[in-house]
Amino acid sequence: MTFPVVPRSAWASVRRSAIYMALLCTGIAVLLTAMARGRMGVNLIYSFSIGLVCWLIIDGGRHGITHLLNRLKIAKGQPMLGRAGFPGWGWMIPLVLLGMTLGPTAGTALADLITGFNSPSLLHFGSPSTRFTIVISALASMASLFVLTTLERLASARAQAEAAQRAAAENQLKLLESQLEPHMLFNTLANLRVLIALDPPKAQQMLDQLIGFMRGTLGASRVSSHALSNEFARLADYLALLKVRMGERLLVQFDLPAALTDAAIPPLLLQPLVENCIKHGLESQVNGGRIAISARREGAQLVLRVRDTGGGLSALPSDGTRFGLQQVRARLSTLYGTAASLELTTADDPEGGTLATVRIPLKIT
Amino acid sequence: MNITRPTALIAEDEPLLAANLQAELARLWPELQVVAAVGHGEAALQQGLHWQPDVLFLDIRMPGMSGLEAAQALAEEWPDDGASAFPLIVFVTAYDHYALQAFERAAIDYVLKPVQPVRLAQTCDRLRSALSLRAQPQSAPGLGAAIDQLRSLLASGNDRIGAPAPAAVAAAPLRMIQASAGAAIHMVPVDEVLYFEAADKYVRVITVEREHLIRLSLRELLPQLDTQRFWQIHRGTVVRSDAIATALRDEAGKVNLTLRGHADKLAVSRLYAHLFKPL
Repeated sequence: MTFPVVPRSAWASVRRSAIYMALLCTGIAVLLTAMARGRMGVNLIYSFSIGLVCWLIIDGGRHGITHLLNRLKIAKGQPMLGRAGFPGWGWMIPLVLLGMTLGPTAGTALADLITGFNSPSLLHFGSPSTRFTIVISALASMASLFVLTTLERLASARAQAEAAQRAAAENQLKLLESQLEPHMLFNTLANLRVLIALDPPKAQQMLDQLIGFMRGTLGASRVSSHALSNEFARLADYLALLKVRMGERLLVQFDLPAALTDAAIPPLLLQPLVENCIKHGLESQVNGGRIAISARREGAQLVLRVRDTGGGLSALPSDGTRFGLQQVRARLSTLYGTAASLELTTADDPEGGTLATVRIPLKIT
Repeated sequence: MNITRPTALIAEDEPLLAANLQAELARLWPELQVVAAVGHGEAALQQGLHWQPDVLFLDIRMPGMSGLEAAQALAEEWPDDGASAFPLIVFVTAYDHYALQAFERAAIDYVLKPVQPVRLAQTCDRLRSALSLRAQPQSAPGLGAAIDQLRSLLASGNDRIGAPAPAAVAAAPLRMIQASAGAAIHMVPVDEVLYFEAADKYVRVITVEREHLIRLSLRELLPQLDTQRFWQIHRGTVVRSDAIATALRDEAGKVNLTLRGHADKLAVSRLYAHLFKPL
């Protein structure tokens, strides 16, 4: 899974590299002074001048080029560059070479202008002081480039990790919202309110089903598995609530062989599949339909089927069902790896509709 | 038509809630006569046109056509002979964040489920005074005002209202349409489409050369289209704006479009007629 990299503020990066450059130049000046090469003040002026030019070329260049490339990519409708302020080595190497040659020459000229000295031209490679300046500049440029790109790579990795964390939290929230879907809850309460006056015993029964459903939903994360008979009872609560609302439009069938009542299943694994049947299969049908939930043993596997007689796969919105399916698939792969599967197909009979088949290793507790 | 007693139609897919709303209305507004209670949007449209009631209570989420779509269809098909005024609409919804915001903006009345008697009484008062205002001889017919309200509701993103789940917004507009015909899949560039027309659960895709059928409802297709280029001109028609050659307004005020390179003429519904005004 890839996460969009949050483009870091270019200014923060420039500020950081400016501070780094200043430290490095001061360091070089101190080193030169310690090696008894001239006075501290003069060394500072020279090292800062050379550093400044290198910095402007390399750092200014890489940010400028990245910006231009990104503008070009946006205009073409392509995705932006993955790393902020890094246009790729194809651009970086010429930039560094340019900085390393132009930095010492232009920087020395600038420092000469400030101090009034007349340094030997750097084009005279014979001069030992020239060679020294070039070597120092090259080493400093490469060291800074290495440090800065590493720092930025770390920052970008951190931003990615943060984005991943945010996505996980969002997913958790979405899951909770889908489990306690407000529309379902308020509609159920509206029906309950009517029933209290109309048919108190039925209202009580409905309230019990609502309590069972809510307890099941909120408690589902606390245990890692429960008996299949429990799972079916929770689904029955949920569907009974819907049956009050949908009336004749909803028919429900459960098929749980006695031998499988104690089979272990992650709690509410089937809930999103049943919700999808209602939401996308039956609720939209003027005449409603049937939902059938069954369990079978096939060899060492427990096979659970949830089907409806609704509009079928082709009627499904392309994105609406994905979250529920994704959620089931994610749980299966965390719990069972490749030993479990979820398959969504068109029901293979004249009634049509959608069939979801879950296979997990059979374990009787 | 019964002049003395106001009439109402209730569209609500949950039988208990429909019965309850009817009972509460009978208590709060005994004169109001509920002429029909229906369970889905298509029936609301049919019965609405048949009974031409004064008030419509429309549930937002119903199987098939939603309450909002039924209101839109009714506004498009309402006879403009001036014989009866367009109904006052009250939307009913359990929980619909987007819808509530849109209703507030369009100044359309709504009640929340479970229906609170106090809140419903306020709505009844408002409806009563609106109806008595209408009875004044010089008052304007309600259709124009209702259309303005619905227009504003549609403009606020009707694809989100009453949809089973908030649909993810397409990242980029659709470029190619894949229309299957037997074993073959035709690739149709969106730029070549003249117009889209709803046909039950399908959409007809009309290009200069031929037409295709795609298994998608217009409601699902709409959010994927670039609205600058593709204009909805009717609840069942979306046309590529640069394919329009002329817009003709007849004596009755109805607007019809002719297309470049195609003989079809497209009718613009009164909800979208405002798109075609001379500069």
